[in-house]
Amino acid sequence: MDINIASQITSFLAALVLLTAFAMLAQRRMYGLVNLFAWQGLFLSINTAIVGFVAGKHHLYISSVLTLSLKVILLPYILHVLIRRLKVHKEVEMVVNIPMTMLIGIALVIFSYHLTAPVMELSTLVTRSTLAVALATVMIGLLMMITRRHAVTQIIGFLAMENGLFFAATSATYGMPLVVELGVALDILIAAFIFGIFFFHINTTFDSLDVDQMARLKEED
Amino acid sequence: MLLILLLVPLFAAVILAFVGDRKFAPEINIIGSAATFVAGAGLALQVFEQGPMLAGKNFFFVDAFNVYLAVLTSFVSMTTAIFSRRYMRREREHGRIGHIRIRFYHAMFQLFIFAMLLCLLTNNIGVLWIAMELATLSTVLLVSLYRTPTAIEAAWKYFILCGVGISQALFGTVLLYFAAEKVLGEGGEALLWTNLNKVSGSLEPTVLSLAFVFLMVGYGTKVGLVPLHNWLPDAHSEGPTPISAVLSGLLLNVALYALVRCKVLVDGSTGTHHAGNIMMGFGLLSILVAAFSLLRQKDIKRMFSYSSIEHMGIATFAFGLGGPIATFGALLHMLVHSLAKSAIFFTVGHASQMHRTQDMDKIMGLFKGNPLVGWGLMFGVMAIVGMPPFGVFTSEFLILTATIKDAPWLTPFLLLGLGVAFAALFRRVQPMVSGDVPPHQKPMKAAHVPVILHMALVLMLGIYMPGFLNNWFHTAVELLK
Amino acid sequence: MKLYTFVTEFLQLIILIGIAPAFTGWVRMLKCWSQGRTSAGLFQPYRDLDKLFSKDVLLADNATWIFRFTPYLVFGTAVLAGGIIPMLTVDLPIAYAADVIVLVALFAIARFFTALAGMDMGTAFGGMGSSREMTIASLAEPAMLMAIFTVSLASKSTSLSQMVHVIYSGQYVFRPSIAFALIAFILIALAETGRIPVDNPATHLELTMIHEAMILEYSGRHLALIEWAGMMKLFLFVMLGIAVFAPWGIASSGDFIPILSAFFFMLLKLGIIGIGLVLIETGLAKMRIFRMTEFLGSAFLLATLGMLSFFILE
Repeated sequence: MDINIASQITSFLAALVLLTAFAMLAQRRMYGLVNLFAWQGLFLSINTAIVGFVAGKHHLYISSVLTLSLKVILLPYILHVLIRRLKVHKEVEMVVNIPMTMLIGIALVIFSYHLTAPVMELSTLVTRSTLAVALATVMIGLLMMITRRHAVTQIIGFLAMENGLFFAATSATYGMPLVVELGVALDILIAAFIFGIFFFHINTTFDSLDVDQMARLKEED
Repeated sequence: MLLILLLVPLFAAVILAFVGDRKFAPEINIIGSAATFVAGAGLALQVFEQGPMLAGKNFFFVDAFNVYLAVLTSFVSMTTAIFSRRYMRREREHGRIGHIRIRFYHAMFQLFIFAMLLCLLTNNIGVLWIAMELATLSTVLLVSLYRTPTAIEAAWKYFILCGVGISQALFGTVLLYFAAEKVLGEGGEALLWTNLNKVSGSLEPTVLSLAFVFLMVGYGTKVGLVPLHNWLPDAHSEGPTPISAVLSGLLLNVALYALVRCKVLVDGSTGTHHAGNIMMGFGLLSILVAAFSLLRQKDIKRMFSYSSIEHMGIATFAFGLGGPIATFGALLHMLVHSLAKSAIFFTVGHASQMHRTQDMDKIMGLFKGNPLVGWGLMFGVMAIVGMPPFGVFTSEFLILTATIKDAPWLTPFLLLGLGVAFAALFRRVQPMVSGDVPPHQKPMKAAHVPVILHMALVLMLGIYMPGFLNNWFHTAVELLK
Repeated sequence: MKLYTFVTEFLQLIILIGIAPAFTGWVRMLKCWSQGRTSAGLFQPYRDLDKLFSKDVLLADNATWIFRFTPYLVFGTAVLAGGIIPMLTVDLPIAYAADVIVLVALFAIARFFTALAGMDMGTAFGGMGSSREMTIASLAEPAMLMAIFTVSLASKSTSLSQMVHVIYSGQYVFRPSIAFALIAFILIALAETGRIPVDNPATHLELTMIHEAMILEYSGRHLALIEWAGMMKLFLFVMLGIAVFAPWGIASSGDFIPILSAFFFMLLKLGIIGIGLVLIETGLAKMRIFRMTEFLGSAFLLATLGMLSFFILE
């Protein structure tokens, strides 16, 4: 494949990843959120496969398949099941309203660009320009965890951060060594089971998955 | 020997998962931990005789810095296992936990030990990250073991905040790999710490400075440095006491170890004191904030978690300061703090079981009620605030000396922090240990061995430093320079 | 040769004025079909206009010159805008004098006067419509400019003819910045032309109408002109979108054959876009007016993202 076209395709996929990140910030419904997360994973997976193909790095195919099975199929499925079981369908309460969150998101994108600019100059890879997007995705995931008060949303924010990190690894270095990639995937899998258990605990203890209710532990005077 | 050390806890975790809540499960837990400790001691002996070594296709390595932490980890996990036998039995009698949770507790305890040892012994900074995350994940559900609303809240906070923090560390690791790949080529070799250390001079300084900021935030969250410490007091106070002991005594050390390992690489690359300054800033802030927070605490375990933040702040500050004396002091401080703090948590666990509360206002008359617990707590607190002749005094004295020499203008802040912490802890502990036995205090049999053993070691380290330990510390100081 | 460009310019205006009602008719026809109704045919808008022209104007006593002047102004600006946007060819004499910012300003003038005219009578509906219209405008215009700037960043010019030229010679296939700008543009165009989900052109329900509320007092030829200008605005936005994002087919010289083929291409694209518009309109429900900030905010966001991704990714 022509290196120029490949670079354009990866840029385009990076833009889509960023778009899904923002869409997740704006999305109020739980199912919509999970679906967007799955889409993001899909774009990442395609991107990884293309980078692997262009750069001739075959271990990236494994990462790609791993992402596909874990983040596009398994995790969204688990989340869907949990949402259905726990009967979460109300709209998510937000601490900051959506347009404000969006503006903060844009500021974060600019900040990430600024932060990664020196790194990009040093890189010679096809994917170098997507590093800023990757960091921005991490930051937006973080923003989502801060501004949403629902346990499920916070977890999705967490997973979106993980997506951003995976993306960063692909765009900065054509992926981490396979051992590390596999280990990270394992950790995510364990985390998924843990939050699954957690949702039930929180739900039975607090009768809701609203994190605001968990504010008993404070500094007492 | 190294592989045995790693395999024993993993194996024990599997066995304990199957054994479940049989009568002899705690004993298996103790045996597993003891075997781990024996393997650790064996490894230490090997390192003592042969010097640093690599194993498993360069995947693991031991040097003076991590071997003592590995031995410490296996030792404290052993004593904690001994303590937890009596403690958990009591908890079951009180009906706070059932069969399934006991099974879970034991298996996860061993898995946690495995994760920490893997973290310490791996040569690959990517695996270091994975092990660190695994250590977090394995303890999350232990913190929420009691399933009370506060316990679940604490565990959720722990899970989310540490998850976020550790993600930043992964980004830092990616950047590190990015820089390393340029010098060492692609593949797993480029993430091996030993290789990186050899070529650290030629790694790109701008990338490494940026990477360190992320690593600092990431691992700093796990160390519990202010302002990233929010999860720590909650997680340490709401979980079962044995878990508080290993979290405070071991996990914080391991996180600090990861941070220091990365700092060495960054220093080698940038050739400046940039990373050190960041660490000093975080460290000093942690000392001061934690010391003043100590004054406001009512919950006994919460208070001692703040004390852990303070001490981790001291060690971070000292590593940041650099220089042979400060680094030596920091290494010693990590050792004695973890011994003293876990001993304190053992006694605190018993004290709160006796009173069925963690509220300090309701705990009193420990000297008369149970002399071991009372005096153990008293001596533990004396040790932790840095009174001579305990080991903490030695390490804090070294760090203070180095500060006066290298950064005199920071000395008043450091002294202020230490002074406030001293006053705060004593003010609280005095009424708890003295006085008459209150009616709601129930007598119980305490676990003697761990407390006495730990306190004896802390005392010994204050008076006499064994030759081999001295040697290791000096080698480690050379290594970290 | 010089004369020739003026001829094409003239042709373009004829097409704008002549075909705009047919396009509206096409959209209405498709909508009827998609909802299972019998349509009134492609030429119903012409008949409507004819009917309105033949009726008397009914003016309130307190109507000022603004009220009478506005229909002509709105119609005039729409025609003028038609001279700037390359529909058939990029070789337009006015296009060299005016760029896309002028275009936005022309739309703004028309809107400003419509809003004034809405308030002129002092009726409740007119004022309400004007206030709503201006709310939407204040949100849509920055987004519109942002989207257009993004495209002009890529083509290094704000002149529409120049943009078309650059895209013709373009070596880029996938440009994230342009893609973002396109989505933003679609959202803005829906809002600007008063289509569902922002406004419903077919409603006269008090609480929901926006544009219709402003022109409620108009009658006769005034109303005809405003309605016609509205159809032209829809047509112009479609043309603007085509020129900026999918100019293939527009003639780059002033020769007869390319212009003829450009005309057929234009009809084809109009047909397709009409289908797309109807799909959007039947698929979505009209939004609450308070959700409008979010709708247009996300358009602005997308445009900004497009601009950022131009710097970051390209």
